[in-house]
Amino acid sequence: MKEMRRTLAVLAGLLLLATAGCLTGEQEPVGTQKEERVAEAKEGGVVYVYSARHYGHMEPVFEEFMKETGIEVRFTFGKDAEIRERLKAEGRFTPADVYIAVDAGNLWLAAQEGLLQPVESEVLERNIPANFRDPENRWFGLTMRVRTIVYNTERVSPEELSTYEDLADPRWKDRLCLRPSTKVYTQSLVASLIAAHGEEKAEEIVRGWVENNPRFIDSDTRIIETVAAGGCDVGVVMHYYLARLLDRNPDLPVRIFWANQEDRGVHVNIVGAGVTKYAKNRDEAVRLIEWLSSEKGQRLFADGNFEYPINPEVEPHPLVKGWGEFRIDPINVAEYGRLQAKAIQLMERVGYR
Amino acid sequence: MLRGAAGILPLFIFLLVALPVLKVLAEVAVPSLETWRSLGPLLPLMLRNTLLLLLGVGAGSFLLGVSLAWLTTAYRFPGSRYFEVLLILPLAVPTYVLGYVYMATFDYAGPFSTAARQLLGITLPEIRSGYGAVAVMSLVLYPYVYVMARAGFRQVSSSSIDVSRVMGYTGLETLIKVALPLSRPAVAAGMALVMMEALTDFATVRFFNFPTLSEGIIRVWYGRMNLEAAMELAGLLLLFALAVVSLEHRLRGRAQYFQTGGGMEKRPLRGVRGAAAAVFCASVLLLAFVLPVLQLTLWALEETAAPSASPEMYLQLLSRSLSLAAAAALVCVLIAIVLAGVLQLGTGRVVRRLARLSTMGYAVPGAVVGVGTLGVLSSFDHRLNSLLEGTLGFAPGLIATGTVVGLIYAYTVKFMTIAYSAVDSSLSRITPSIIGAARSLGARPLEVVRDIQAPMAVPGIAAGAVLVFVDVMKELPITLILRPFGYDTLAVWVWQMAAESLWGGAALPALTIVLAGIIPVAYIIRRGV
Repeated sequence: MKEMRRTLAVLAGLLLLATAGCLTGEQEPVGTQKEERVAEAKEGGVVYVYSARHYGHMEPVFEEFMKETGIEVRFTFGKDAEIRERLKAEGRFTPADVYIAVDAGNLWLAAQEGLLQPVESEVLERNIPANFRDPENRWFGLTMRVRTIVYNTERVSPEELSTYEDLADPRWKDRLCLRPSTKVYTQSLVASLIAAHGEEKAEEIVRGWVENNPRFIDSDTRIIETVAAGGCDVGVVMHYYLARLLDRNPDLPVRIFWANQEDRGVHVNIVGAGVTKYAKNRDEAVRLIEWLSSEKGQRLFADGNFEYPINPEVEPHPLVKGWGEFRIDPINVAEYGRLQAKAIQLMERVGYR
Repeated sequence: MLRGAAGILPLFIFLLVALPVLKVLAEVAVPSLETWRSLGPLLPLMLRNTLLLLLGVGAGSFLLGVSLAWLTTAYRFPGSRYFEVLLILPLAVPTYVLGYVYMATFDYAGPFSTAARQLLGITLPEIRSGYGAVAVMSLVLYPYVYVMARAGFRQVSSSSIDVSRVMGYTGLETLIKVALPLSRPAVAAGMALVMMEALTDFATVRFFNFPTLSEGIIRVWYGRMNLEAAMELAGLLLLFALAVVSLEHRLRGRAQYFQTGGGMEKRPLRGVRGAAAAVFCASVLLLAFVLPVLQLTLWALEETAAPSASPEMYLQLLSRSLSLAAAAALVCVLIAIVLAGVLQLGTGRVVRRLARLSTMGYAVPGAVVGVGTLGVLSSFDHRLNSLLEGTLGFAPGLIATGTVVGLIYAYTVKFMTIAYSAVDSSLSRITPSIIGAARSLGARPLEVVRDIQAPMAVPGIAAGAVLVFVDVMKELPITLILRPFGYDTLAVWVWQMAAESLWGGAALPALTIVLAGIIPVAYIIRRGV
């Protein structure tokens, strides 16, 4: 009897937990609740963001924006593909006003799928170079992420390095660390090769990489650590992962090399934002993106993660500024989206993991 | 009246539970060649890897599980009484947690490989490979075989063993020629569970660069939001699962071995052999449980110095995991009670069959359940919205796929089996004669319920609820496919952090999941291993 009562108590507890969870669990994307909140925060307004950029880097930026403008930022994080699917499913009922993505390919796809609306803004046109925004003004780059070569300083001298293409040379056999094809960064890099050389030549290059028997590691941080440990001599990563590690440990025997400086320039990707097609707070949304492209916004948004500001007027963080100037592949980043499907298929054809 | 309802209810439950699986089956029945072509050379690779993983993990778990079970049932050696019990513990660790710990510690940049290079001058084999995946998964999954094999061995009568020893068979020969054949049904059941877990896992194989069908489903759904391709892959994966189930059926056959007399007597292992047995057991336990949990604890402690997520974040993940698990446990148990209750009233054969079939979800890999549910629910959501918008002029939004409703539905499909067998076994102990006896002693119907039926049924119901609860907390593929947007749980968090090499950030949530997993293990231990 006693045991039964105890078990019943457990069950009752479970029931309570369950109902509590179901009631509180789903608080973000429900339309009616949002209406109330808008009414509450009437003086400054509100803007709702779906962000694929990571936890931790965003909150301080949004707080500062609110301090300056009185506009409150609410946000939900998700993976890019997830966010787009969500926007599609919600259609005109979406609570989201702004979509922040971590790869140009994702922004291109969102625009293509009709999820974003064009924004005419002199501020944005002034602050953001043309190749880092949508030709039809549906999305705008906010920071730059450079995907380039890193090398172990004890095993490689920078003179041996030159281009992404060169990593297909047999002398790099068993010396490469690469990110698997499931990562959009890899897809965009390969897309840039297709844009530069055409599909056939790009396939030859990627096949060369694969024939060099690279170690596939699904984490840029781990790639750098493996290069440091001598597991491979050379890796291809986003620059800010190296900046983070060097910031913590300046003695790490890994340095950055700007690829393709003698020809088209190094592969640059962006974090960017667009206003959703059905944004209810359009003005606030535009205001947020404009602020993010301003000096103050750029400082906070880029420095928190050692990214390069998109606004040429704004100096990069001292640590990455110390890496010097470099030539950037002038292609419009929208191309990475257009060629993404081709890039994935190409990698599958040549057995890139 | 009651009979009518009794017939319809199981039918309804069956339809509800079977719908996602039927949806996927329909997909295999009409394969889309174009979708397959779009997967390109990845498809044969995934098929090959899935098969290799099944064989590898099957063999690994068989060797570990059977040898450990035989040592601890047939022999006495230093520590054997403790090993007997402790060797079940790895069951508390989800495959993806052990996978991430091993990836972090044994890959090239990891501390073990670094130490091996610096101190011994040797390079450990690459852990990011099929071998790594097989080794790690065998280490967590062997307890299924271990528990079942022990149950089998203990029923082998001492006389069979004595005969074998009189025949001059060595211990190993006795195992292979007598004990193992006699416990075949039990071992086969354990192996089937291992293989289903291997089919379900997508995270470990992704960590180890060994894409299988489950990984492929997540890859095309989560990465490309291509539901069609995910469905096709789910269909193929379902075929693998069916093969495992029918193989188990075959192996088990109609065999039921009845043995008389008590179990075998334990013989002492002395000297070197005893020490070797103890060392073997200890190293499996260390590798599969003790060291990984220690490592997680260390990471979690380091993490407190510079946390990558706020305590509120952790609490939010925890409360989501707990409430999802509680809700699913509740739903599963309620349905199981209805199903078991109705069936005990006595119904026709067809209804009985259907009821049995509704509890087959456990054999269906998680990603299949997830994708199938999504397929069913998204068309439901869209139809409901257009219907309401057309008639009432408002659209309620995505009720099933946009909230936890779809998620809990899918959990129910997958885990109802567990609740059902627990509930059914406790209800079936309450025979009509017990109730008749109570009534004839003067108890009124309500008193019978209060004093006889409820006390006898509740422990089983509670056990079922706890088992479902823990399984849901560990669950990854279904959660990833169906969770509402932005709705991270502990399991999802572990996976995402580990994928980003943020070992510390994943540690505390992973430990929490392991801790929850110890509850059912303790339950098995209490009931006697």
